[in-house]
Amino acid sequence: MNTSYNWIKSYVPGLAAGNQEYFDKMTLSGTKVEGFAALDKNLEKIVVGRIEKLEPHPNANKLVVCQVNVGGPEPLQIVTGAPNAAEGQTVIVVLDGGKVAGDHDGHLPEEGVPIKAGALRGVPSAGMMCSVEELGFEHSYFPEAPENGIYVFPEGSNVKPGDDALAALGLHDTVFEYEITSNRVDCYSVLGIAREAAATFRLPFVPPVVPQTGNAEKASDYVSVEVKDTDLCPRYTARVVKNIKFGPSPKWMQERLRASGIRPINNLVDITNYVMEEYGQPMHAFDYDLIAGHKIVVRRAENGEKFVTLDGQERTLDDRMLMICDGEKAIGIAGIMGGENSKITDDVKTMVFESACFDGTNIRLSAKRLGLRTEASGKFEKGLDPENALAAIDRACALVEELGCGEVVGGCVDVYTKKPVPREIPFRPDWINRFLGTDISEETMLSYFPPLALEYDAARGAVKIPTFRQDLEGEADLAEEVARFYGYDNIPTTLPTGEATAGKLSYKQRVEALASDVMEYCGFSQSMNFSFESPKVWDKLRLPSDSKLRQAVTILNPLGEDYSIMRTLPLGGMLGSLATNFSRRNKNVKLYELANIYLPKALPLSELPDERRQLCFGAYGETDFFALKAAAEEFLRKAGLKDPLEYENTGEYPFLHPGRQAVIRYQETGIGYLGEVHPVTAEAFGIGERTAVAVLDLPAILPFTNLDNRHYEGLARFPAVSRDLALVMDKSMPVGSVEKMLRQRGGRLLESVQLFDVYEGAQLDEGKKSVAYSIVLRAKDRTLEEKDITGVMNKILNGLKQMGIELRS
Amino acid sequence: MQEKLAKIKEEALAKLNAAGTMDTLNEIRLAYLGKKGELTEVLKGMRDVAPEERPKVGEWVNSTRKAIEERLAAAQKEIAEKALEARLKAETVDVTLPAKLPEIGHRHPNTLALEELERVFIGMGYEVVEGPEVEYDYYNFEALNIPANHPAKDEQDTFYVNDKIVLRTQTSPVQVRTMEQKKPPIRILAPGRVFRSDDVDATHSPCFNQVEGLVIDKNITFADLKGTLGQFAREMFGPETKVKFRPHHFPFTEPSAEMDVSCFKCGGKGCRMCKGSGWIEILGCGMVHPKVLRMSGIDPEAYSGFAFGIGLERITLLKYEIDDMRLLYENDERFLKQF
Repeated sequence: MNTSYNWIKSYVPGLAAGNQEYFDKMTLSGTKVEGFAALDKNLEKIVVGRIEKLEPHPNANKLVVCQVNVGGPEPLQIVTGAPNAAEGQTVIVVLDGGKVAGDHDGHLPEEGVPIKAGALRGVPSAGMMCSVEELGFEHSYFPEAPENGIYVFPEGSNVKPGDDALAALGLHDTVFEYEITSNRVDCYSVLGIAREAAATFRLPFVPPVVPQTGNAEKASDYVSVEVKDTDLCPRYTARVVKNIKFGPSPKWMQERLRASGIRPINNLVDITNYVMEEYGQPMHAFDYDLIAGHKIVVRRAENGEKFVTLDGQERTLDDRMLMICDGEKAIGIAGIMGGENSKITDDVKTMVFESACFDGTNIRLSAKRLGLRTEASGKFEKGLDPENALAAIDRACALVEELGCGEVVGGCVDVYTKKPVPREIPFRPDWINRFLGTDISEETMLSYFPPLALEYDAARGAVKIPTFRQDLEGEADLAEEVARFYGYDNIPTTLPTGEATAGKLSYKQRVEALASDVMEYCGFSQSMNFSFESPKVWDKLRLPSDSKLRQAVTILNPLGEDYSIMRTLPLGGMLGSLATNFSRRNKNVKLYELANIYLPKALPLSELPDERRQLCFGAYGETDFFALKAAAEEFLRKAGLKDPLEYENTGEYPFLHPGRQAVIRYQETGIGYLGEVHPVTAEAFGIGERTAVAVLDLPAILPFTNLDNRHYEGLARFPAVSRDLALVMDKSMPVGSVEKMLRQRGGRLLESVQLFDVYEGAQLDEGKKSVAYSIVLRAKDRTLEEKDITGVMNKILNGLKQMGIELRS
Repeated sequence: MQEKLAKIKEEALAKLNAAGTMDTLNEIRLAYLGKKGELTEVLKGMRDVAPEERPKVGEWVNSTRKAIEERLAAAQKEIAEKALEARLKAETVDVTLPAKLPEIGHRHPNTLALEELERVFIGMGYEVVEGPEVEYDYYNFEALNIPANHPAKDEQDTFYVNDKIVLRTQTSPVQVRTMEQKKPPIRILAPGRVFRSDDVDATHSPCFNQVEGLVIDKNITFADLKGTLGQFAREMFGPETKVKFRPHHFPFTEPSAEMDVSCFKCGGKGCRMCKGSGWIEILGCGMVHPKVLRMSGIDPEAYSGFAFGIGLERITLLKYEIDDMRLLYENDERFLKQF
């Protein structure tokens, strides 16, 4: 909401705060000011002048030489190229050393445009006559300004040479931009903000006095109103104005509208806009002669009904939208936009003013469905005070009379079906002090209420709430009113007392922090990807069409298909990020991410999906399957998974290299997978190097982790015995199966098994490989004897035999 | 005999003095002191010496041996020292060559900022909890005093899954879930992802992080809220940090406020970061609305509390002076490696 400071001041006489002080104090009392801009910014030494004499320029066809009276003893000589300059005009003159805001093209440099005396094509010029564009405005904000050329004060302007031209144009004003919160509907108006300003600065609030208006006739004789759907229209008021005389609105009204960012059009349009700004109440005007049967009916539209709004667009309606109709047809969409069929034209003789209150939610949803959000709907959707509707229409009619733009018919047709119930809130100063942690006297608290139109009823110990403050519902709201006028700054600062609580991370969060630590010392940097992605990711990952992973939570209103499904696996984001790095020529990139996937329990979704935190890591360049396997094991070991990890290539991951992928199991539970990315998938993402990824499912891992119960096992005190085994086995047999057997058969005496060589080559039979292990045996309590060693080794040799593995000779 | 020994000694010492390597020393040692060395030979010849002469000759031999041995030891030491010196000299490196570091990964700046935040609040007794990111409409809105069709639902540009389930637009639903499950005293911090239908640009992202805080107990006051968040600001942004509370509106708190901190870049003088105002808006907060307490099963007459919500990315961007939010989700390693 943008508003002229002068306009606010006119209702808060005595308000003299400078711009910054007003900004600060209003913000601290709860009317947040986003910023302010002085209308006279970069405008300096600008006066009214009169062109006494105009002569051609000796050296230039397009220039003229003017003698301009600026109130001094001698006229100034000013050379201008303005096509409209003429003798006798009263104009705006920028003196030597002055400044304007912009150039002819409307470009506004930050520091403005300095003006200096000089010579134009050899003729001295002491200053400049300027246009509204040079003052920093669009031409349309000054309807009387010429299309092209310098501004000329209209006949009858009360100005004389030497006057402050900016004052004459009402430009010594500041536009404040407010961020009004959605609960303060009343502050979407000049009066609402002025009331807050008065309360903030502890000054009297003096709203405009609205006199009785209207002739001896009765509006109800002209027009009747029937509200059929009272649920959507608590109040509808209508007044009639006849003998309409169009013309420009007065200067003061134009200035205020201009400062609020509204272009002056003509007296009637300006009055409607003025009252909308002042009261926050949108109004609409119909041409009385176009209202069939001189009857207004407020009803819901029919499904599929077509209607042409005054912007010439045909709209398709539905039965949840409220329409304003006459005796035969629709003439407006309630609260959103009037119809072309009843719009005011220059030929209008009599018009009907509408000032109504519509259901905010309905207007909001209708505007949304129509894709037609207007100034009016923006106000209505906040839920206006029905009491304000009548006040506003009376104010509009008073302005019609004041401006002499028509004859107001007496009386008002007022269909008021749903009056707001006046509200009362108990006032307990003790409770408020306890709640705020303050010690404010009852008297002080009560002093804040009258400027806000809150009435204290001492007998009932309660505060009466005006209808325009629908936001005040309970004691906490009263506490806020007290707090903001007492000053948030003045409230003490304390720390909560009471029972101490233990601050901590959850166990799960500690495991995740460990995962981060391990990933980082393994060289992976943390990435973050969006939770939603494109279903196209599934194709890139080569998921079969019936894959369970294609069953995803789908967003009804996504920001486009690329963000339309909640990811069911973390690889889309990971590979996307790796691809970004690849395309930027970053070498050997290693990333990890700790984030959720979202697995629906059933579709369509009736309960929340299973959100599973995944540790996903991936790398390209100097990396491979085993580098990722090492990082995975490092984390799992550190997290306390001490038993053997099992890896099996089940071939179940279509996005991974068929020969280089494995599911990871721990105590027979699947806890993740890893592998090199399938070249087709890598290419689909745009990664041109060998890429490997791993995914660990933290909820599956969590039950096996053990961060807190670790025990010292003692240092080995007895000597170890080491035996090397060189084996020849089938190429296809995973070494993991050998290792598993070695561990089983090695039993308690087996301290470690280390594979130190794998060889495939010429000296072996076709289809065979040679594998060498170093086995370390040790007892905790004694030195091993030969028979212990042979016992274990024989078991192992038998095991090898059973597996069809030979010792290499 | 004496002459012979003197000659041996003289010869041996001369050779030792001339020797330049350990090997030569060894040869000399063998030649004089070894089993077949000259001195040993002299000793072997002792049986030809008259018995009464033997002690004297023995003494001569021993003193000769001692002299040679001492010289030998000194020569060995000298050569060892020279060798070490030569080795150390040869091993001189150019100390300005680049450092070697095992390649270590980097934490995301969001996580760094979050961890700092968590540290501050854990120190004040807050437990870090989480809640679902895909959330019931009830928890995200209704239980937070945002009834159906409330304009705030539009303001927050919600992503819907269906009419009952949304992507949470705020971490505030964790407040409600916590209050439903726990009895006061409650002090929680709830970080996590939230979603709003904003197009991606330098200051917006449809997927970002918030950190929610909630305190519920007997006699919690607005003054406690101010004190707690002031302390947080000083811990997070430095002990000189000042805070300012401005009235604001959130449906689920009353009174509500926004908190500004004095600009930690310019100290409040006004700079580009604070857009010249000297203040930076950091968070929204307020006293938990009695309606919210009641809906979550907590008696507002017996208990009160405050809540706050911090935009994590906002802190991250400010703290590390990152000028474009998109960098946080691009995961360019050159960016990540700066943290």
